[in-house]
Amino acid sequence: MPSNGSVSDAPITQFINCRILKEHTLQREDLWVRDGRILDPEKLFFDEQGYADRQLDCGGAILAPGFIDVQLNGGYGVDFSTPSEDPGAGVAFVAKKILEHGVTSFCPTLVTSPPSVYHKVLQRFSFFTARCEFQSGGVHGAGVLGVHLEGPFISLEKKGAHPEQFLRTFGGSGGVNPLLEVYGGLDNVSMVTLAPELAGSQSVVEELSQRGVTVSLGHSVANLSQAEEAVQQGASFITHLFNAMLPFHHRDPGIVGLLTSNRIPAGRSVFYGMIADGIHTNPAALRIAHRAHPAGLVLVTDAIMAMGLPPGRHTLGQQVIEIQGLHAYVAGTTTLSGSIATMDMCVRHFQQASGCSVPEALEAASLHPAQLLGISHQKGSLEYGCDADLVLMDDQMVLEATYISGVEVWRK
Amino acid sequence: MRLVILEDYDLASEWAAKYIRNRIITFRPTAQRYFTLGLPTGSTPYACYKKLIEYHKSGDLSFKYVKTFNMDEYVGLPRAHPESYHSYMWNNFFKHVDIDPANAHILDGNAQDLEAECAVFEKDIADAGGIDLFVGGIGPDGHIAFNEPGSSLVSRTRVKTLAKDTIVANARFFGHDLSKVPTMALTVGVGTVMDSREVMIVITGAHKAFALYKAIEDGVNHMWTVSAFQQHPRTIFVCDEDATLELRVKTVKYFKVTHTAHLYSTLPHFPQKNIFLKAI
Repeated sequence: MPSNGSVSDAPITQFINCRILKEHTLQREDLWVRDGRILDPEKLFFDEQGYADRQLDCGGAILAPGFIDVQLNGGYGVDFSTPSEDPGAGVAFVAKKILEHGVTSFCPTLVTSPPSVYHKVLQRFSFFTARCEFQSGGVHGAGVLGVHLEGPFISLEKKGAHPEQFLRTFGGSGGVNPLLEVYGGLDNVSMVTLAPELAGSQSVVEELSQRGVTVSLGHSVANLSQAEEAVQQGASFITHLFNAMLPFHHRDPGIVGLLTSNRIPAGRSVFYGMIADGIHTNPAALRIAHRAHPAGLVLVTDAIMAMGLPPGRHTLGQQVIEIQGLHAYVAGTTTLSGSIATMDMCVRHFQQASGCSVPEALEAASLHPAQLLGISHQKGSLEYGCDADLVLMDDQMVLEATYISGVEVWRK
Repeated sequence: MRLVILEDYDLASEWAAKYIRNRIITFRPTAQRYFTLGLPTGSTPYACYKKLIEYHKSGDLSFKYVKTFNMDEYVGLPRAHPESYHSYMWNNFFKHVDIDPANAHILDGNAQDLEAECAVFEKDIADAGGIDLFVGGIGPDGHIAFNEPGSSLVSRTRVKTLAKDTIVANARFFGHDLSKVPTMALTVGVGTVMDSREVMIVITGAHKAFALYKAIEDGVNHMWTVSAFQQHPRTIFVCDEDATLELRVKTVKYFKVTHTAHLYSTLPHFPQKNIFLKAI
């Protein structure tokens, strides 16, 4: 509020004694917030002759943009793909819990499901994302950016844990009509994962991209040419690199080859999701991908509903799962049933395994997903004007607090 | 004139910063009676500002009741440009101290009416009761602020075209590309600085030595505008050894002796304790 009021009378908070992630390094600078956005203090000083109403001492900690998880299937016993009476309540519950992991925005992910589930969940979803405070997040939980629909237009051979009976192909008509039919609509859909080798995919990829939906390649047996064509039509992401796709082969690198392809259209970049829990991807493979294309690496958890539950046996819907440390097995077997690592764990593991710098590790969980979704002017960065979604952490990247729009929403 | 000679750049900067600090402290500024300070930019005062920030952070020095007036600003350079003097002052000084933004005056090189902007600046200084201490540097061509060779010694705040020497000297801040350096600036006049109650000029480095010689050992001359301060009742020149390289040995020896005698006058005097704190 102390200002000449020429721009705003809203209170100003100044985070002091911190190192902020800016311009790809950690800088010893203060961070200024007003109206939930990051403020340019120089403009405040000269234009408004203003200064902060209050100062928050960060104790020398690192202040970075909040994490963005573009692939989260559920957690704490909630499965986004299992229809329940109130899908909104489940998403809200998980959204609140993941604040503890530094996630300030996320894309609830639905795996391959029957149309009835899509219709119900997405419809219910539209209702409560219409309330924009849920979109940007707050004390009630991380912001919901939009749904990630992983399937059902994927490859039978690479279905992984997706239910076979609900896989679909595009049919002959072309365009997104088959998708509208299956999903019931594309409102509030941020991303669709599909297999580009399916007949008719080109027009789908093109139209989805034009509608502003991020197209991701995954659960696919596409070769490199097919993948490159899809990128040229507008695809920009690879769902959990290495998993559910053909392995890298030196004469046909497949989807993995996109990381170093020279047929990516100018001015565009291919991003790729990595589950850096130390289990789903061997650290050596993680390093190969990172070194080949560091700017495209997006950390995702791909966490399942068992994430956040204590060790031991849990009956979740039709499945019985056993949690041992960071592993979640189908009970009584050594088959992995999904990942349960949290986003902050993934950030730390990625940094240790790859030997990258702290800023790089943090950007893989904030800036890169924001760039992928085309929202980096607003999220994933501490540039002036961006939303003040922040995480406070020590040098080992252990979280101390989470902020959304400049308001503290979780503290250790 | 006092000529204070310190061994190197850091010591000279520290001495200057302590002098400013002590001036402000002994003045005991209040909301009814502000201390007005004239300020420079550039590489010379950089370490001095660092020291002032240090004194502020340690709790010894507050700028709450200090008003500042900067000497100059480029014309036509966007205020947010990293080389503007607004940026310099924000990054190197204002953001680290507790000055009230309303009391930090810098000429606006993007004003619609540059002449009016200069007139308002002169009025603001007058309204503030004049300047208690004007701190400045010197260019290699002996200019004070942007009062280039040939500037009137009784000039006021106005628009000036920069001399080739100055543009060349500034090129290093613009990627060594002469075409990117601004060619005009708003600057306080020689007369404006002469009106202040005290003037302190900081001069460091061998490349400034000839200018210092011209400023204090030759006559008052509008080709070396800093020489005007020979006619000011209270001027201090603070320099390092390198800056004295063109002076006569006699001059240097004289001022070194007198400096030792006056050493303790830079110390803050706390009457209740009657102790002089060691300045250097």
